[in-house]
Amino acid sequence: MTNGVTQRQAGAGDGQNLVEVENLKVHFPITAGIFQREIGRVRAVDDISFEIRKGETFGLVGESGCGKSTTGRAVIRLRNPTDGTVKFDGQDLITLNRNELRSMRRRMQIIFQDPYSSLNPRMTVGSIISEPIETHNLVPSKGRNDRVKELLQLVGLNPNYTNRYPHEFSGGQRQRIGVARALAVEPEFIVCDEPISALDVSIQAQVLNLLIELREQFGLTYLFIAHDLSVVRHISDRVGVMYLGKLVEVGPPSRIYETPAHPYTRALLSAVPIPDPKAERRRKRVILTGDVPSPANPPSGCRFHTRCWLYERLGRPENCRTDDPELRVVGGDHRAACHYAEEALKSDVGIAVVVAGAPAPELNATAAAMAAREASDREDSGRTSGGPSSPPRQPEAAEPTEPEPTRSSGEQ
Amino acid sequence: MTVSDDQGRAGSPVLTELPEDVSVETEEGRRLAEALQDSRRHARKLLEVRNLSTQFYTSDGVVHAVDEVSFELDYGETLGLVGESGCGKSVTALSLTRLVPNPPGKIVAGEIILDGINILKLSNEEMRRLRGKKIGFIFQDPMTSLNPTLTIGFQIAESARVHLDLSRKAAEDRAVELLSKVGIPRARDRMKDYPHQFSGGMRQRVMIAIALACDPMLLLADEPTTALDVTIQAQILELIKSLSSEFGTAVILITHDLGIAAGMCNRINVMYAGRIVETGPVDDIFERPRMPYAWGLLESLPRLDEERHNRLRTIEGLPPDLINPGAECRFSPRCRYARDVCREHEPELSEREGEGHKARCFGTEPGGWIQ
Repeated sequence: MTNGVTQRQAGAGDGQNLVEVENLKVHFPITAGIFQREIGRVRAVDDISFEIRKGETFGLVGESGCGKSTTGRAVIRLRNPTDGTVKFDGQDLITLNRNELRSMRRRMQIIFQDPYSSLNPRMTVGSIISEPIETHNLVPSKGRNDRVKELLQLVGLNPNYTNRYPHEFSGGQRQRIGVARALAVEPEFIVCDEPISALDVSIQAQVLNLLIELREQFGLTYLFIAHDLSVVRHISDRVGVMYLGKLVEVGPPSRIYETPAHPYTRALLSAVPIPDPKAERRRKRVILTGDVPSPANPPSGCRFHTRCWLYERLGRPENCRTDDPELRVVGGDHRAACHYAEEALKSDVGIAVVVAGAPAPELNATAAAMAAREASDREDSGRTSGGPSSPPRQPEAAEPTEPEPTRSSGEQ
Repeated sequence: MTVSDDQGRAGSPVLTELPEDVSVETEEGRRLAEALQDSRRHARKLLEVRNLSTQFYTSDGVVHAVDEVSFELDYGETLGLVGESGCGKSVTALSLTRLVPNPPGKIVAGEIILDGINILKLSNEEMRRLRGKKIGFIFQDPMTSLNPTLTIGFQIAESARVHLDLSRKAAEDRAVELLSKVGIPRARDRMKDYPHQFSGGMRQRVMIAIALACDPMLLLADEPTTALDVTIQAQILELIKSLSSEFGTAVILITHDLGIAAGMCNRINVMYAGRIVETGPVDDIFERPRMPYAWGLLESLPRLDEERHNRLRTIEGLPPDLINPGAECRFSPRCRYARDVCREHEPELSEREGEGHKARCFGTEPGGWIQ
């Protein structure tokens, strides 16, 4: 198994971009009537730009319907964009014809979320894995069986399982088969679309470790799509946060998770449950009201303003309703699409990473803003619940932020 | 809602007396006072489960889905049932309501004593009357647990009409009250809407309204937020938390998400392969887990509140087949501390440090080899 890139550079790649996405739009028409007249569009992905550097793992997070999977598919042209360009290694994928695209596809692969429906139940594992090898004619037919065995071993499965069918495997094992199939063509770039979210907790860690090992062994570049913020933090070199078809924040995990500059990122982080009862009791939550608006009819201006806590706290500034904020640099490699990113940075809402001596101001301000919001919220949205710490409690400051957690490590 | 907001869930799980700021004049105060009276009068647990075994008869053999499970629940307490898929947590919940699909499933042994009544001895008709009235349910999937052909107003009012014997009008008023309580704006207008007109989070709110329609003593929430996005999940969990403390309802929360369990529960039962393998107060379970499976699960999670590591610790292998569980510790094939004794006998659930903290492991017993 040889690859152009031999060793993965720690942290990120060498700065060269492998994938460049510019002003990508993917809209789905809504049609009606016998002539299938277009009456509207679902703006699944609406004008986003980002790049993925060689050898890095770019994590894409967001809630369902935010467009992250559609983006993943458009990046390898499984979905044709409505507008914009996607370049892979400098070549515009949109302009490629069928044959060129096919040979390009050897360099990019995808691993799907559902290990139950993404493998053909009537094919043996051997034929599932050797199919892409045949398609691209990578290994002469008599060597194929050995190659399949090698791949199975690589993903931690018994190489003698080539004649078994998918139903004979557990979910985690099936996902390993999906990984082997993706690796069969020796790709440089793999889109991992929620690869572990259908798996049990203890199995998730196994597959995550496998993906990390393979990345290091073959210098792979990943686009890692997931809704689980902790998993994305664990695996990514850079993270993009999506909301309603827009990229709202991009940066290294240290920035995104410790000093998030977009109010949505902060709200998301504050909603993630932490497996530590003491930290849970101590946390300040912003509970977003209502549901995500429809991407067929997104709000004007900043798309997040209808649920934004910062917008409420700042007294509903007009430009949030009228101007769509650009993704702009807020420091270093960190960009955010918020008119008031500096204000968001000042707050301590949503910081989940326990940092010794972390400040705990502004609680009252948050509570007051939430109360104001609750009072004025008469539209079609849910109710604000104050969060576990919503009655302004003083002990926040008195309670020392002890270094958490003290889980038994087990050994000895 | 004011009752326990300031003391937090885990701080004082059970009310022992009526807080001063709550008057018995209000409906809320009256409910609380009743619940208190109940628990004093009975001086017993709300729920006692003893040696419950539920099996499924399949063409491959008998699956021991729940195997001699015993636990208790206090009035007003929130208990977490935690484990991976197939560990028996959902079947435990179904058994508590006697909703195990039969065939192939059957409760083969044990006692389930709810508020002093052994529900396994009730007739089907008696059970039907008790279900919904004393136990409310919230299931994982709000899409399939509501009837798509009936208005949500009807579905909420139905339960109140049947169990509380309310008139049509009174039941409707009750439904409106509940709908606004679970945070659905313009509740009276939305009574006439059908489930498909609601989003996933809103449907789960409707489910909660139905579950609480008869003011049950026990709320069973089986993965109530698994199908929802994280921000909606936070809304729903908060709602369950505040309503259960407002109504004094005890909750059994079934989840695979240890983070949710940490934030919601007073006590946790960790299940593995049909057994309870560890039980105790939430702080003990998370700080001093005494069963290698429980801490293996905790270690295998990437966490927001810790430094990033390159490798996660994993639990190798797969859960055992529940058709022939064998006499060994069921976790021993995957356990890195297992010794011969673990492969020969199954340990009992025995006391550990901390009140009510028990674990099923030879290695962490006093004098064991795991410290």
